Amino acid sequence: MGVFDPLLELLRGLGTTFKMALDKPVTYQYPEEKRPVRPRFRGRHVLKRYENGLEKCIGCSLCAAACPADAIFVEASENTDEKRFSPGERYASTYEINMLRCIYCGFCEDACPTEAIVLGDNYELSFYDRRSAIYTKEMLLEPVPSVEMTTPRKVEPGVFTRSVPEMKDPQD
Amino acid sequence: MAKQVTLTIDGKQVTVPEGTLVADAAKMAGIDIPVFCHHPKLEPVGMCRMCLVEIGRPVRDRATGQFVMENGAPKIQFMPKLETACTNKVEEGMVVLTRSQKAVEGQKGTIEFLLTSHPLDCPICDKGGECPLQNLTVAYGPGKSRFLYDEKMHLDKQVPLGELIWLDRERCIQCARCIRFQNEIAGDPVIGFDERGRATQIVSFSDPGFDSVFSGNTTDICPVGALTTSDFRFGARPWELQAHASICTQCPVGCNTTLNTRREAKSGGRIVVKRVMPRQNEDVNEIWICDKGRFAYHYTEGKQRLTRPMIRKDGKLTRASWDAATKLAAENFQKAKKNFVILASGRLSNEDLFNLKSLAEHADGKAYIYSHMGGGELTSLVGVGEGTNFGSMGAGTTIVVVASDLYEEAPVWYLRIKQAAARGANLIVMNARETKLDRYASFTVRYAYGDEVKAVSDLAKKGKIGDTFLKSENAVILYGSDGLGVSGSAALASACAKLLHDNGFTGRPNNGLIGVWGRANDQGAWEMGFEVEEDLAKAFKGKTVYIAGADPVADDPKLAKALEGAEFVAVQDVMTTATTEIADVVLPAQAFTEREGTLTSGERRVQRFYPAVPVTGEAKADFAITSQIARHMGIVLEGTSVSAVFDILAASVKSFEGLTYARLAEVRPQWPIVGRSDLYYGGTTYENTQGMGAQLSAAAGRGEKVSIPKVEKEALVRPKEKELLAVPVTKLYDRGTTILPSELLHERIGEAKVILHPETAKSLGVEEDQKVSVSFNGVNGEAAVKLTDTISVGVALIPRSMGLAIREPVAVKVK
Repeated sequence: MGVFDPLLELLRGLGTTFKMALDKPVTYQYPEEKRPVRPRFRGRHVLKRYENGLEKCIGCSLCAAACPADAIFVEASENTDEKRFSPGERYASTYEINMLRCIYCGFCEDACPTEAIVLGDNYELSFYDRRSAIYTKEMLLEPVPSVEMTTPRKVEPGVFTRSVPEMKDPQD
Repeated sequence: MAKQVTLTIDGKQVTVPEGTLVADAAKMAGIDIPVFCHHPKLEPVGMCRMCLVEIGRPVRDRATGQFVMENGAPKIQFMPKLETACTNKVEEGMVVLTRSQKAVEGQKGTIEFLLTSHPLDCPICDKGGECPLQNLTVAYGPGKSRFLYDEKMHLDKQVPLGELIWLDRERCIQCARCIRFQNEIAGDPVIGFDERGRATQIVSFSDPGFDSVFSGNTTDICPVGALTTSDFRFGARPWELQAHASICTQCPVGCNTTLNTRREAKSGGRIVVKRVMPRQNEDVNEIWICDKGRFAYHYTEGKQRLTRPMIRKDGKLTRASWDAATKLAAENFQKAKKNFVILASGRLSNEDLFNLKSLAEHADGKAYIYSHMGGGELTSLVGVGEGTNFGSMGAGTTIVVVASDLYEEAPVWYLRIKQAAARGANLIVMNARETKLDRYASFTVRYAYGDEVKAVSDLAKKGKIGDTFLKSENAVILYGSDGLGVSGSAALASACAKLLHDNGFTGRPNNGLIGVWGRANDQGAWEMGFEVEEDLAKAFKGKTVYIAGADPVADDPKLAKALEGAEFVAVQDVMTTATTEIADVVLPAQAFTEREGTLTSGERRVQRFYPAVPVTGEAKADFAITSQIARHMGIVLEGTSVSAVFDILAASVKSFEGLTYARLAEVRPQWPIVGRSDLYYGGTTYENTQGMGAQLSAAAGRGEKVSIPKVEKEALVRPKEKELLAVPVTKLYDRGTTILPSELLHERIGEAKVILHPETAKSLGVEEDQKVSVSFNGVNGEAAVKLTDTISVGVALIPRSMGLAIREPVAVKVK
């Protein structure tokens, strides 16, 4: 082993350092800059609405049944045309997800007969106490684009009679 | 025992009684044949075609009648097409194939057809999760359909058949189980099919809609979600519910029930009862319960529940500690000495009543049962013996129903007696008016009000009816208080007991006297030695009164006045009542849903109920409260464990001798099989895993010498001119404290009524539904007139607990 060998090794190492210094950095400047998520990313749940603003969720509780962590609690009530939340007879009057329990497996999404619950892109979940880890229906529900689309609302009688729409095979 | 027949189902040798249907025989052998329209309690119709199987019968030689043998075994000839297992009876040597390719194809085809018009809205259906159609589709269906979704028949989805039962016409698969139940079992043919083909739908043709007190049972046996109750509508998914065994506390039948509970955000995160379901007990209620039992549970969790003890201070009820409240009560009870009176309701459990009775005995007080009926001490003497079961009564047994409208007072007894009559039992119905049970009676006896005792005594006389009665092997008499007060019913009980005793109809199973009481555990109170007092007002005056579970103030203004004049009033109840308002000490008791205990049914069956929901506030069980009061008085009563109280009770009350708390929890295999994974067969009734109870022995059955005291019948009230004879009757839905909190039933309860014959009404110049003023015995009130020609002219029926405080037959002025 020569006398300069350690130096050579040092230079070789520094070479790598200099090379990488010129490369584009992989670090995201979170929270100013957010990393885009993958198409199948499973983030915080969102309760979807139809285009007319009615809630897709019909309070069937199948998500709660599918949930391996027992994180979802649903209670249903009856819709009327005077006070309609969702199409059909039934809507979720209480919908809660305990985000501390949730393991983001997406089984709820699979179980949902109306594609109402979707695991979205939001991964920014942090809480100061356990109570605020429970997301209520108001927190989960998608915002409405205009005021007249809010639920509950009065609708024409006899139009929204069916709860489960005709479904296509799920796409990505 | 019926002749046994051996057949082969799927290669398994099965021996069953002759006349069994193939579908039932398979079930007995543990083989599932899917069914929708078939129900083991109903006559077969073969409407749904789900049970298609291949059936082969051995070939018989026409000349000799012997089996034709082939290779050493009888030659089997299969029918060219599939047959329904639910309409074919078993035959010797029959071979049934339930899973052959042909049978499987047939079953798949049936499912595919049934689903052509089914909306498949399982996610929002109350039946989803316990639905036979769902389960059988998964187990026997083809998996996909060749029909187009767009071609489904769309019908009305939210159709209230009555205010209790809702119909979804799309979901109905036209199996007619509900219609057949109403026709065959309930005897209320109020629903039927309308239209034809794919448009066939269930309609109710009664007013009010679905006018039957058994309507809730149709939702249990409906194999789809077509019929659901409005009470449970979207209440929870079935798999989210917890099940707790209980006993219905609404009437003396003692139906076994299951309370389904769930934690609920709507109720502030508390665990609440979501629905009451029947629990199988073939000796008591089979797999049915009445609508009162199913829907009148809301009082246990209303806002009116008492949560903490209260003491009256400066005229106002103020919160107090348990210790202070019980101490105050104890001091006053002790001070009262002989002036101490306990009034207990038959709603309390055996243990509560036992502790109350013990307290009365130790403190030298009186213990009364709050009842409108007397004669209970006789049901302990010559009551029905161990092994009595309406389900085993048939030819050779005479059932006498006297002065009781069982349909209104004890619906499940009505149902079971109706079936006993269909099996050949002689049914003698004696009443002053027509009741629903008359339709199934072998003999109907009409007497005038006041002649009850004579009518019963006449059964011992020669004649068509007397001979039938005297010549029967077994005889049961059910006596009630239809048109009778305390002394009238006591006299009637004595006449009935004498008749049974003189003719040897006591001390054996299916023989004896049954009281049709007003409350669930009145029989238990009688066994414990409680007495009934006709003039409670007099008994209260100037006394120290301890009231448990009763509300005399709301029931009768006279009693309210008497209690105002009482020295001291302690009230122990589950909820705020008019009586707790005037009390000096209020002690909050636990509802039956929050605790355990036992109840004695009218058939003298002791049954256990179990806790289902957490305790409300600081409430304590009745027996524990009594024990705590007793301790302050220096009396030791068990107050911690129900089973310990029961043990002491069994050791001190003779008829309870030999019973243990554990024995009450024993179960036997029962037929039909219900409530397991195979809901399609018996419906959603729960399987009994927590006890079928045990019957008490009667003095006559223990071989003791029985002497029946002669009770003088009361002199009949003679109405003067412009007066009518008013008699009390019992209605199923009344304004009682345990029913009124169930808002669902308000339409059925209605307002205070006076029921008249059209001719009486004509002579009075009043019309149907007209408001009239009614006055009798110092009671004045308003009531709506109802007309019926099933009662006598000159008589007015006034339902109890409907706002007019009628205790016995009285002369009444109607204006």
